[in-house]
Amino acid sequence: MTAQQTETATRQPGGPRGNRRHTPKVNTSGLYQRAFREAFAKLNPRIMVKNPVMFVVWVGTIITAILTVNPFIFGPVQDEGPRLFNGLVTLILFFTLVFANFAEAVAEGRGKAQADALRSTKSETTARRLRSNGSVEEVSSTQLRRGDRIKVIAGDVIPADGEVLDGVASVDESAITGESAPVLKEPGSDVASSVTGGTRILSDELIIRVTADPGKGFLDRMIALVEGAERSKTPNEIALTVLLAVLTLVFLIVVATIPTPASYINSPVSITILVALLVALIPTTIGGLLSAIGIAGMDRVAQFNVLATSGRAVEACGDINTLVLDKTGTITLGNRLAEEFIPLNGHSMREVAAISLAASVFDTTPEGKSILRLAEKQGAKLDFNRNQAEAVEFSARTRMSGTDLPNGEEIRKGAVDAIRGFVRSRGGQAPESLEAAFTRVSELGGTPLAVCRNDDIYGVIYLKDIIKPGIHERFDQLRRMGVRTVMLTGDNRITASVIAKEAGVDDFVAEATPEDKIQVIQAEQAKGKLVAMTGDGTNDAPALAQANVGVAMNSGTQAAKEAANMVDLDSDPTKLIDLVTIGKQLLITRGALTTFSIANDIAKYFAIIPAMFAAAGIGALNIMGLNSPQSAVLSALIYNALIIPALIPLALRGVKFRPLTANQLLQRNMLIFGLGGVIAPFIAIKVIDLIVGGVGLA
Amino acid sequence: MLKDLITSIRTTAVLWILTAALYPLLIFAIGQLAFPTQANGSLLINDQGQVIGSTLIGQAFSSEEYFLSRPSAVNYSIGEDAAPTGLSGATNLAPSNPDLIALVEERAEILQAADIEPTADLVYSSGSGLDPHISPASALAQVDRIAAARNLSPDDLQTLIAANTEGRFLGILGEPAVNTVTLNLALDQLGNT
Amino acid sequence: MTQGFFQLAIALAILLAVAPFLGKYMARVFMGQRTILDPVAGPLERLLFATGGFSNQRAMRGGQYVRAILVSNLVMGILVFAIFMLQGVLPLDPTNLNAPDWDLALHTAISFVTNTNQQHYSGETTYSYFSQVGALGFLMFTSAATGIAVAIAFIRGLTGNSLGNFYVDLTLSITRILLPISVVGAIALLIAGVPETFAGPAVAQTLEGATQYIARGPVAHFEIIKELGENGGGFFGINSAHPYENPNNFTNLLETIIMLVIPAGLILTYGIMAGKPRQGQLIFGMVFIFYAALIAIAAVGEFQGNPLVNSILGEQAPNLEGKEVRFGWALTALWAVSTTGTMCGAVNGMHDSLMPPGGFATLSDMFLQIVWGGQGTGTAYLFVFLILTVFLTGLMVGRTPEFFSRKIEKREIVLASIILLAHPIAILIPGAITLAFPEILAGISNSGFHGISQVIYEYASAAANNGSGFEGLGDDTLWWNLSTSFSLIVGRYVPIIALVYLADSMTHKQPVPETAGTLHTDTFLFTGVTAGTIVILGALTFLPVLVLGPIAEGFAIAQAALGLN
Repeated sequence: MTAQQTETATRQPGGPRGNRRHTPKVNTSGLYQRAFREAFAKLNPRIMVKNPVMFVVWVGTIITAILTVNPFIFGPVQDEGPRLFNGLVTLILFFTLVFANFAEAVAEGRGKAQADALRSTKSETTARRLRSNGSVEEVSSTQLRRGDRIKVIAGDVIPADGEVLDGVASVDESAITGESAPVLKEPGSDVASSVTGGTRILSDELIIRVTADPGKGFLDRMIALVEGAERSKTPNEIALTVLLAVLTLVFLIVVATIPTPASYINSPVSITILVALLVALIPTTIGGLLSAIGIAGMDRVAQFNVLATSGRAVEACGDINTLVLDKTGTITLGNRLAEEFIPLNGHSMREVAAISLAASVFDTTPEGKSILRLAEKQGAKLDFNRNQAEAVEFSARTRMSGTDLPNGEEIRKGAVDAIRGFVRSRGGQAPESLEAAFTRVSELGGTPLAVCRNDDIYGVIYLKDIIKPGIHERFDQLRRMGVRTVMLTGDNRITASVIAKEAGVDDFVAEATPEDKIQVIQAEQAKGKLVAMTGDGTNDAPALAQANVGVAMNSGTQAAKEAANMVDLDSDPTKLIDLVTIGKQLLITRGALTTFSIANDIAKYFAIIPAMFAAAGIGALNIMGLNSPQSAVLSALIYNALIIPALIPLALRGVKFRPLTANQLLQRNMLIFGLGGVIAPFIAIKVIDLIVGGVGLA
Repeated sequence: MLKDLITSIRTTAVLWILTAALYPLLIFAIGQLAFPTQANGSLLINDQGQVIGSTLIGQAFSSEEYFLSRPSAVNYSIGEDAAPTGLSGATNLAPSNPDLIALVEERAEILQAADIEPTADLVYSSGSGLDPHISPASALAQVDRIAAARNLSPDDLQTLIAANTEGRFLGILGEPAVNTVTLNLALDQLGNT
Repeated sequence: MTQGFFQLAIALAILLAVAPFLGKYMARVFMGQRTILDPVAGPLERLLFATGGFSNQRAMRGGQYVRAILVSNLVMGILVFAIFMLQGVLPLDPTNLNAPDWDLALHTAISFVTNTNQQHYSGETTYSYFSQVGALGFLMFTSAATGIAVAIAFIRGLTGNSLGNFYVDLTLSITRILLPISVVGAIALLIAGVPETFAGPAVAQTLEGATQYIARGPVAHFEIIKELGENGGGFFGINSAHPYENPNNFTNLLETIIMLVIPAGLILTYGIMAGKPRQGQLIFGMVFIFYAALIAIAAVGEFQGNPLVNSILGEQAPNLEGKEVRFGWALTALWAVSTTGTMCGAVNGMHDSLMPPGGFATLSDMFLQIVWGGQGTGTAYLFVFLILTVFLTGLMVGRTPEFFSRKIEKREIVLASIILLAHPIAILIPGAITLAFPEILAGISNSGFHGISQVIYEYASAAANNGSGFEGLGDDTLWWNLSTSFSLIVGRYVPIIALVYLADSMTHKQPVPETAGTLHTDTFLFTGVTAGTIVILGALTFLPVLVLGPIAEGFAIAQAALGLN
């Protein structure tokens, strides 16, 4: 089940992800032609030597090529006309190399196409740098340094990543997010104060402090990454490369030690066949596809509109044990809506609506607006001059907001505790029914807000939280995959537990402060767990840095983005769940193709060994009944070469991940890639042999 | 490093005393005191006090008065070649070695010439070169020949064979085996009385 | 045939009954729990610890552990080499044997220090009683104890505990396991007829009047530790086929079981110490299936006999070349597979004369080195395969692979890979060199396909620390002594060092908690995948030599027999 099937509601700041799954339109035309050309260019030994498995094939190709030109260069040969056979082997080996390079080139090409699209938005521009005395100088965008202050006006391309210091403007970020609706940028706010180089300012003007040196910006990092230029191997990839290199070395020893025993029993083996056996045995399938799998993995992450700072982070996603999730925006829809007013203290419904309206008149949050709407629906009207009233801003310390009326009355709404305290400080008393209302709302999974006028509590607003549809199923999947979910919320315990239960998270922390996040992460990590979390605020930065996988929302602050090792361009916290899947897919694809590659060797052995020692009277081992020794060797090699392009789509797409337990997954994948890997080549080689025999090649 | 060396030398010394001195001496003492016959090689000693062999070690028998023993690669450690230490050994011929087939053919012919139906254990040479045993079938195949040479009834010989046959351990493990040394000694003793 | 297979079944049943007891006992010993031997062994150990100078029993780190193994083994090796070279002037030399050539003495010392006991000599004609008891018998205890100590250290490390102290585990292996069983077993062998005397060879007047020289010696105490410690070096040249080493089917059963119990038990010990007895049992079961299958292959081959000889006899008869009548085909095949599987190397029949299936089974045993596996190191080889399997399967379920909640990363794969490389390097490379100069170097006595088997078997036996041989090979030459010494050292110390470092690096890893996403290693599925990995990796590495050796020989014999009929 993918995200867009389960996600029905909209979320901030953009529309449904499905609509803008792909980062800027990627031009894939000519991709394969370019990759094919690239595949030949990659035959350069200095490039080949980086992949030990394929380098062995490269050397083998050179040897058989020499033997095609002069079959007797390494000594006498018994066969009659080995030149044709040697030539065919050389050709097949050559194509094995080309196919492997092609796989890598296709994967890289896709990244490049994406990078080109990004790069097209980013060109050297002129920036207006503010001198310390406030005057403006025009400099090239490449001269901007961290800490510089610049001014951008409508129509400019923002020359560097930065933080808005002054001004309000709308910015078109479609170049990086694919989202066409402009985004409002203004200073001070967590979500809207950061701008990205390469985006375009549509209206007004902004003063920006540059936060990244040229070439180190957001877009630059993204380009480098999707292009694969900065691709460093991930830990598991390194371990696997070691294993493949060692297997190659083992088979090199095995093949190199065949000639003398064979000569001892007067059954000498030609060098071409030795090379053929070596190439057939070494894990060329996985060796040829390994880097393509890695690049494609990054590409898939990019397709999800997530920018990862390293492949290591993507791989780590597969190992995540615990997801720390904010309730709002991840588990519930971002906006809580006022559902009901509950009058207390003998006040009427109408009175509560009026007071709520008065308390929310300056509240521009979606919650506040929903209160206004509900109040107006109940017929409440503003009975004071808005312009003469004074807004009381919400703060995390007071946990309430409200309005000071022109007549000096103080209208407040906020957390029940906070309002109780406020009323008490004004000499009032909270009615006993407040507790009952609080509990009732909490037990519904809603957020109770109390409203009061001076020392008199009028009632409780029931803010309804809407749990995202399908989220429960996703958490079930995660649980089956062994990932625990912890919900963090500022809600009170009762509300939190109700929502936790409905959403199906494993654990929750109620009344959480940003500091609690880091504590939860550290506690999990102390148990040896890998933790992933999302965050957007500056005060999330330490937790993002502490988490093994920290995903910052693109709408978040620069500090959060720098502390995280991934940035989600869609600012969609549920994407963590997809990232876990991508990380696992990456590992599974590598493991599955390695298993397949090794399992294939059995059939290749049964094809080549009887051909190799035909003189030793072991014809009975030719269980596939292959035409002739030459045909057997050629068929095994052709299979060996063709299996690489045949598996390119799988390598690029990744083995389909299913949210099953480890044992179920292993059973499934072993059946397909292990057992399948044993059986498939027997059939394929036999078929190829029939064709080779039919064509009369050997 | 030096500390390791010292610890190693000290450990080697104490473990040597334990495993190469005390332990063998203990077993030696138990053997010599409690089981002197076995401890000294289950030797057969005749009336004159001479050692005439061991119940466990086979001997070469070629005369027609004795039950033949198996072919041996070291001629049962007999003769000057075996002096002074004694020998053991096998042919180590591979099943595909033509020499083996030639030897088997040769032995089979000799047996047939002596009117003995060739059996596997009499055409294949033994592992130790000192195998005291032959199969009951091989012994029975020789009964007529011995009976003729010694002028004994086949029935008596069969009784004698049975008396010198070691059965399977617990009736299950191994193969029944006729000890040619004790059997032939019994033949001799039969003649003496 | 039925009777023969019934015998095999009984022997295996006895093994299955006995191994768990020893497995549990060994776990108790190394977990420091109370055992029945405490009153006797406790004071003795305190004395040994104090005299040895390691009463503090400080736990060692990887590097320290490796150094302790290497230095102590070197000291022991030098001592033993010195005894050989001085045996002419040392006591207990009734046949006045002089020092052997230096290269033979060196090969023997290395061969016994490495728990291999490959013998390029015949015991009765080469080494004095002093050399046999004071040098060979000594190393039979310490080399086996070294192996057990390494296995225990590895298990500890794998489960996140400190490796322990090498000298302590070395001593405990002797005082708690090897020595007590040896004393009881030696007495049993004595009663059954195995000699224990320092008198020289008996000279007998045979019934036909010839002079027979009957080699004797202190055999009983030597014989039991030879089997128990997976040593395999016979007191006599012909090893356990010799009637003094293995006089009857009681001793044969005892020796067969004794050589199997420690490696078989150690697998269960591992399960218990790791707190995963089920995993120990599953691996035990997997190895048992390999073992039973190889026995069946070898036994059927021997039972059907040599078709070339059968055509002379005019009937199907078992192959008895190089076999003792009392053991017969079945128990000789059982022994052959057991001794090569456990890396013991003692023989009760000649492997060179086994039918090709027997050659195939014994060679496979040594190539894999896990069909029970040698004293300690074989058990550790199993872990290498487990770790490689964990790595592949871990990837396949989409998680960084972990074993015992510890992640398998580059360092572990490098160390496991080094072990994977040891056999190809120590067997195939010298084998190919030797076969390049068959006339000068090889000393092959059975030419053709079997000649390849002889050469490969010798190096496989050295590299796997087995010690048995296709003994027709003329192996007491400078080339063979030195080249097999190379294989002995590579085959022994490379895996041991890598294993200790592997365990050490596991010790220091932060454990990962188990979740539903954790791949459980104590399942039939995982065990089955492990078995597949073992077979495929083993087959891929050694199939060419198996094809050129026993498999081609088998086809050749069948072909020749067809020609006769």
